[in-house]
Amino acid sequence: MRKLMIMVIVAAMSVMMATACFAGAKKDKIKVGFVYVSPVADAGYSYAQDQGRIAIDKLPYVESSFVESVAEGTDSERVVLNFARKGYDIIFGTSFGYMDPMVKISKKFPNVAFMHCSGFKTTPNMSNYFGRMYQARYLTGMVAGMMTKDNVIGYVAAFPIPEVIRGINAFALGAQAVNPKATVRVVWTKTWYNPALEKDAAISLLDMGADVIAQHQDSPGPQEAAQERGKYSIGYNSDMSKLAPKSHLTSAIWNWAPLFTNVVEQVRDGVWQGNESLWWGMDQGVVDISPFSSMVPKEVQDKVLAAKKEIKAGNNAIFVGPIKDQAGKVVVPAGQTMEDGKLLGMSWFVEGVVGNTE
Amino acid sequence: MLESFIVPLLAATVQSGTPILYATLGEILTEKGGILNLGVEGMMSMAAFVAFAVAYTTGNPWLAFICGGLAGTVMAMLHGFVCITCLGNQVVSGLALTILGVGLCNFLGTPFIGLAAPGFSKFAVPVLSSIPYLGKIFFRQDALVYFCYFIPFIFMIFMNRTRLGIAITAVGEKPGAAAAAGLKAVKLRWMALLGGGFLIGLGGAYLSLAYTHLWANGLAGGRGWIAVALVIFAFWRPGRAVFGAYLFGGVMAFQLRLQAIGTHIPSSLLLMLPYALTILVLIFSAVRGRGGNAPSHLGINIEPEG
Repeated sequence: MRKLMIMVIVAAMSVMMATACFAGAKKDKIKVGFVYVSPVADAGYSYAQDQGRIAIDKLPYVESSFVESVAEGTDSERVVLNFARKGYDIIFGTSFGYMDPMVKISKKFPNVAFMHCSGFKTTPNMSNYFGRMYQARYLTGMVAGMMTKDNVIGYVAAFPIPEVIRGINAFALGAQAVNPKATVRVVWTKTWYNPALEKDAAISLLDMGADVIAQHQDSPGPQEAAQERGKYSIGYNSDMSKLAPKSHLTSAIWNWAPLFTNVVEQVRDGVWQGNESLWWGMDQGVVDISPFSSMVPKEVQDKVLAAKKEIKAGNNAIFVGPIKDQAGKVVVPAGQTMEDGKLLGMSWFVEGVVGNTE
Repeated sequence: MLESFIVPLLAATVQSGTPILYATLGEILTEKGGILNLGVEGMMSMAAFVAFAVAYTTGNPWLAFICGGLAGTVMAMLHGFVCITCLGNQVVSGLALTILGVGLCNFLGTPFIGLAAPGFSKFAVPVLSSIPYLGKIFFRQDALVYFCYFIPFIFMIFMNRTRLGIAITAVGEKPGAAAAAGLKAVKLRWMALLGGGFLIGLGGAYLSLAYTHLWANGLAGGRGWIAVALVIFAFWRPGRAVFGAYLFGGVMAFQLRLQAIGTHIPSSLLLMLPYALTILVLIFSAVRGRGGNAPSHLGINIEPEG
């Protein structure tokens, strides 16, 4: 008898849970789960996402939790599934490799909102989101272009994927906009977080004559190298000034709070939809540059801030022709702007970048 | 070319070779005593973590360096307990040690990610650093690199000229005969194993104290495995270990520099170089037939009599 009672209660609870979600009605409490690929303490990519989580956690109707250091693939499937089973309303998966597991689970839990970062697949209850980091890269490129004395800028990069290549190209275009002689040398490490190797890569660029180091990884290894050699560095993800106060000029940073807030508000109001791709930029505050160090002269700061205003106002799309590739061939004719589709699949370097995309 | 490319390349070579050299010498000592230790990667990882944690909490890099070595010793003790005391399989125990070390330091190290600890910085040795070329390559490094210059010599003298060193070699070659001659074979194996573990630990500590001053998962990055392979390449001789370690350090530094110059070789191929070289080295050693240089009781446990 007791068994039967328990079964009835469990069944009733499940029905209530199912109907409670997504009835198009307003909700009082929203549970949000985050899955991170690296530890949040790394001052890098996951840290930046977690700052966004902390921001929405302050909203009275949001309750959030996270799981860090979740490997892409089957591990992530388990973690996402666990959130879904526990009745979370929104699940943010912040790494590219979570895409397929999330697609699979989203089909089993039609009442949960899935938000995947940096991917391209969607379902009726899964959308993807990312930020136009290349806009901030362009501005940091301007800083590097004006601060370099030898016109050689080193760029320590993770993997030759469109996201990273796009960032390098925007950085180079920014540098060339203020210093036509500037060249950007690229070294790939094929790592996202390996301080020893990334530091070595920066040292090899410094030995090749680079006097400003930029990076697209999560570790502060390249910053450390620049500081030891008494050169300049430009950070990524979050303000890295504390890690290398003597070399750090500014960082290209993420600020996820506005996007996350928008998503939880939509889910609360029952208007959220899947099958969408959010690619927010500087105008919506998702990407930015961190405060300048005192080593950056006033006139450089003014020039960069003026350019920032233009980008925010939508007057500078950055990838506007004429743009030549490394061989000097015009890829984007004068006056044309590259479409988002092309930007998302970018696999070639612009003129003035030294290195290859393989 | 010489000033702008080769000299900085060789200076970077010395630095990348140093942690591998510490570990290779440690593994040679271990194997000379007859114990095969495949746990080097895990020992280096654990030592790197312990050294970092000590440096961060006490602010004393030298103490941290020693503690890194001791962490290697403790890991070696585990291996010794399994292989010497319980007579377990040395290959299996070593592999387990690697998995344990890498996993445990990732687990314990999570709160330390993103923190910076004091460590060793580069400084020029007076007079010596002004020697043309060589000064820039060898004498503008950090204290642990200078310290490492002496170890191969001490090691050679120890192995060939001291009673203890020769006794350890005897135990690795013919433990039965050594025991008959009145040597305490088991005790000597323990000494070689723990001493080797200490040196391997110093190699790990180098990574988090001098190579970078940050903690990260996977800091050892395969260097432990390279050290194991280098022992075979070195024919169990410290002099050749120096050559081997710097050769590997050189290849690691070289591939990044080739990219920085702007070559058209795909970076994936360049990043493979150190590992491809490891395979080549093993093939080379096998073809030369010098595997016969291995201590003849390497990997074989000493069974109690009766």
